[in-house]
Amino acid sequence: MTEVSPSLGSRDPGASVQRLSGPRRDRAVALASHPLTLRLFTALILFSAWEYAGRVPVSAGFPGFIETMKAMAEMTADGLLVAALLITLQPLALGLAISAVIGIGLGIGMGLSRVAEWLMAPPFIVMQAAPMAALIPLLVFAYGIGLAAKVLTVCIMAMPVIVLNSYLAIRQTPASLIEMGRSFQGSKPQIILKIMLPSASPVIFAGLRLGAAAGFIGAILAELLITPTGIGDLITYNQSIAEYPKMYAAIFSVIALSVLFIEGLGKIEAAIFRREGRRA
Amino acid sequence: MKLFGYHVPMMTSLILWIALWEILGQSGAALVLPPFSAVVERVFEIVPTPTYLKALAITAEAYLLGNLIAIVVGVPVGVLMGRSVIADRLLLPWVNIFLSAPLSALVPVIMVLFGLGMTTIVLTVVLFAVWIIVLDARAGARGISPSLVEMARSYGATPWQAFSKIYLWAALPEILAGIRLGCIRAVKGVIIGQLLVSIVGFGHLFEIYSSNFLMEHFWALVVTLFIFAFAIAEGLGYLERRVEYYAASRN
Amino acid sequence: MTARARPAIADTPIIEVKNLSKTYEGGVEALNDVSLDVPQGKLTTLLGPSGCGKTTLLKIIAGLIPSTKGEVRVSGRMVTGPGPDRAFVFQDFALMPWATVLRNVAFGLELRGVGREEREAVARRHIAEVGLAGFEHRHPHELSGGMRQRVGLARALAVDADVLLMDEPFSSVDEQTRRKFQEDMLSLLSARGKTVLFVTHSIEEAVYLSDRIVLLSRRPSRVAEVIEPDIRRGDDPEAIRRHPAYLDTVETIWQGLKRYLD
Ligand SMILES: Nc1ncnc2c1ncn2[C@@H]1O[C@H](COP(=O)(O)OP(=O)(O)OP(=O)(O)O)[C@@H](O)[C@H]1O
Ligand SMILES: [Mg+2]
Repeated sequence: MTEVSPSLGSRDPGASVQRLSGPRRDRAVALASHPLTLRLFTALILFSAWEYAGRVPVSAGFPGFIETMKAMAEMTADGLLVAALLITLQPLALGLAISAVIGIGLGIGMGLSRVAEWLMAPPFIVMQAAPMAALIPLLVFAYGIGLAAKVLTVCIMAMPVIVLNSYLAIRQTPASLIEMGRSFQGSKPQIILKIMLPSASPVIFAGLRLGAAAGFIGAILAELLITPTGIGDLITYNQSIAEYPKMYAAIFSVIALSVLFIEGLGKIEAAIFRREGRRA
Repeated sequence: MKLFGYHVPMMTSLILWIALWEILGQSGAALVLPPFSAVVERVFEIVPTPTYLKALAITAEAYLLGNLIAIVVGVPVGVLMGRSVIADRLLLPWVNIFLSAPLSALVPVIMVLFGLGMTTIVLTVVLFAVWIIVLDARAGARGISPSLVEMARSYGATPWQAFSKIYLWAALPEILAGIRLGCIRAVKGVIIGQLLVSIVGFGHLFEIYSSNFLMEHFWALVVTLFIFAFAIAEGLGYLERRVEYYAASRN
Repeated sequence: MTARARPAIADTPIIEVKNLSKTYEGGVEALNDVSLDVPQGKLTTLLGPSGCGKTTLLKIIAGLIPSTKGEVRVSGRMVTGPGPDRAFVFQDFALMPWATVLRNVAFGLELRGVGREEREAVARRHIAEVGLAGFEHRHPHELSGGMRQRVGLARALAVDADVLLMDEPFSSVDEQTRRKFQEDMLSLLSARGKTVLFVTHSIEEAVYLSDRIVLLSRRPSRVAEVIEPDIRRGDDPEAIRRHPAYLDTVETIWQGLKRYLD
C-alpha cells in the first residue's frame, strides 16, 4: 500500500533556530524542537483559530473551542459522553475483531495459494476502490437496524484493506529468504510459520491500522445512517435541537478517541518492529 | 493462475462470482439479492433516465470540483511542507491526524455550517481527498535532489518560480501518486456525503430505492457506482504508470 | 605456463555435473549441456559473463530449482532437492531481519529440529569463528554489509555441510572488507577441509581464491575452459597478489573471457 504514515521530519533538529551557542541554548533548542512541544504549540494555534472563528462568529452553528470544551466537560461529568462512546465502541470492536481474524486469514491464504488468489483477490480489489458505504442501506434491509448491521458496516469498510495488505505482505516475502529456508530443507509449514509470516507481519500490522481507521469511519457512519445510538445519537440529537457545543463536543471526542487508538496501534507497531530495523 | 496448463487472467474469477450471485438471486435465498441478470436489466433501464443522469451530473460536478480544490490547495501546501522545516513541523501532525481520522464524523459539522446542498458534498470530497495529496506532495518535495535546489538558487529563482518551474516538476511522480489516492478516497467521500445529505444526487436515489424496497434498482445503482469507482482507480493507476515510465530517466 | 588448461575431471570429484541443460519457462535457455567436476576439499570458482547462468547452475546443484536435462550428483548421490550435504551462501545474505544474529546462524539447525540449547551452542561457536563474537544479540540491520555476509557464512558452516555453494558472496561488500573476508574464509575453509563452489564476477578474486576456475561461455552457457592456477597459498597475501604466476593467470583468463564474449 502506498499510504504510509511518516513520522515527524527529522531533518537536522532545530535548524530554524540559529546563532548563540552554549549548553543552555542547546537545551532550550532541544526543548523547543521536541515533538511534544511542537505538537502542543500547533494545537494551541489551531484551537486559538477555532476559538477566534467561534467568537467572530462565522456562523450560528459554530461554537468556539472553549464553549465546546465546556460542553465536553459537562457531558463527561454526567457520564453521557463515556456511555455514548462505549456504545459506539461495541460494533466497532466486534467488527474490527471479525475483520482482523477473517481478513488476515483470507489474505494469508491468498498469498499462499494461487487458486485462492485468483478467486478472492479481484473482489477485494474492487471493494478497496469502491464506495462500500453505498451498501449500508442494504445491510439494514438484510439485518435490521440492530447491532448486526452496524458490525457488518464496520466489517465491509475495514476488511478490504486488511485482506489486501495481508495478501501482498505474504506475496512480497523476499524470494531469497524462501530459498534459504528450502536450502536448509525447511518443510512447507516451517517456511510459512518461520519465514513468511514474520516477514509479512509489519505490512499486515499496517493493514490492521488502516483497517481500524476505515472501521471508525464505518462505525460512525452506521450510527448516523442506520439508527442513532452512542456518539451518533449525541451528534444527531444535539444537532436537531441546535445544541451545537454539545454536538461539536461529541464529534471532537470520537475523533480524539480514534486518533489516540490509531496512534496507539502505531506505537505498538513501532515498538515491535523498530528493534528489528523495519517499519512497514 | 494456471488451470490445466492455461494461463487464466486474474480478473476472470469475477465471472464466477457473478454466476454465484445469479444462482443465489434466482433461488431467492436472500431477500435483498435479486439475480444479477435482473440487475443488469435495471442498469440499462435506469441509467438513461433523466433522474439518474442528473444525479450523475451533480455527483460528477461535486467530485471534480472537490478534487480540483483538494489538488490546488493540497499540492502547494505539501510542497511547502517538503521545503520548509517550520511549515512541516507545524502542519505534519495535523495532516497525519486527519489522514486517518474518521472524517464521516465531520460531515455533520459541514452540514450545519453549509446546509444540505452541493457545497457540503464538495467540501466532503475535499476533506477526504486533500490529506493524502498533501502528504505525497510533501514526500515528493523532500526527495528533490539538493543540486536541483542549488541550481534554482544560483539562477536567482523567486520562490514562485522555484515552485512552479522546478519543485512541482521534480516532485511530479509523488504528486500524481497522491492525487490518484486522493481521487480514490474522494469517490468514497462523495458517496458518504450524499448518503448523509440524502437529498442530493445519488443520495436522493438511494433514499427512494431503499425506502420503496426497489432492490433491483438499488443494486443497479450500486453496480454502476462500483464500476465508476473501479474505472477511476484503474485509469488513474494506468496514467501514473505511464508518467512513471517517462519520469524514470529523471534523477 | 603458469596456468594449465585441463579437462574438467578431477581425482576425487564430490560434485559431478553431467550434460546439464536448463531452459526457463518462457524459453530462456540458461544452460546448454554443461559438464564439470568439483574436486573434494578444494575451492572451485564459476566465472563467466553476467547473465550466463552461473546462479542457475549453482541453484540446480543446491537442489533449489530443477534442471531440464542432465544430472547432478553430490558424493555419488543424485540431486533431487536440497540436502544436508550442501549449504548455500546467498548473494543478498538472506538474513531474517526480525531475528538476532544468534537465531539467524542457528536457523539451519532450528529447521532440522535441533534443540535450542544445542543449536545455540553450535551457533555461538561459529559466530566466534567468523569474528562476530559479542554480536550474538544484534539484529542484521545493526551490522555492516561485511558483517552480514559473515553471518551468512556462519549459518552455512553451522549445519556442517560438506559442500558450500556461494553465489557472489562478496559482491555487496567494499574492497577492504572483501580482502579481509577472503583471507579469513581461506583459512577457515582449508582448516575444515570443506569443498567450496564459488560464483564471482571478479577475475582477481577467482585467481586469488581458487584451486580451479571454470570459465563459462555466454548464454546458453557451456564450460569454455577449466584453469587451475598454480599458486602456493599460505604465503603473504600481498606477495601472492604481486606474484608473476598470479598476474599471468589473471591475464590468461582475461584473454579467454574476451574470446568468449565475442
Ligand atoms: N526465474 C527465471 N525465469 C526466467 N529466466 C530466468 C530466471 N532466472 C534467471 N533467468 C535468466 O537466465 C539467465 C541466466 O541467469 P543467472 O541468474 O543464472 O545468470 P548469472 O550468470 O548468475 O548472472 P549474474 O552474473 O548477473 O548474476 C539470464 O538470462 C536470466 O535472465
Ligand atoms: Mg547470479
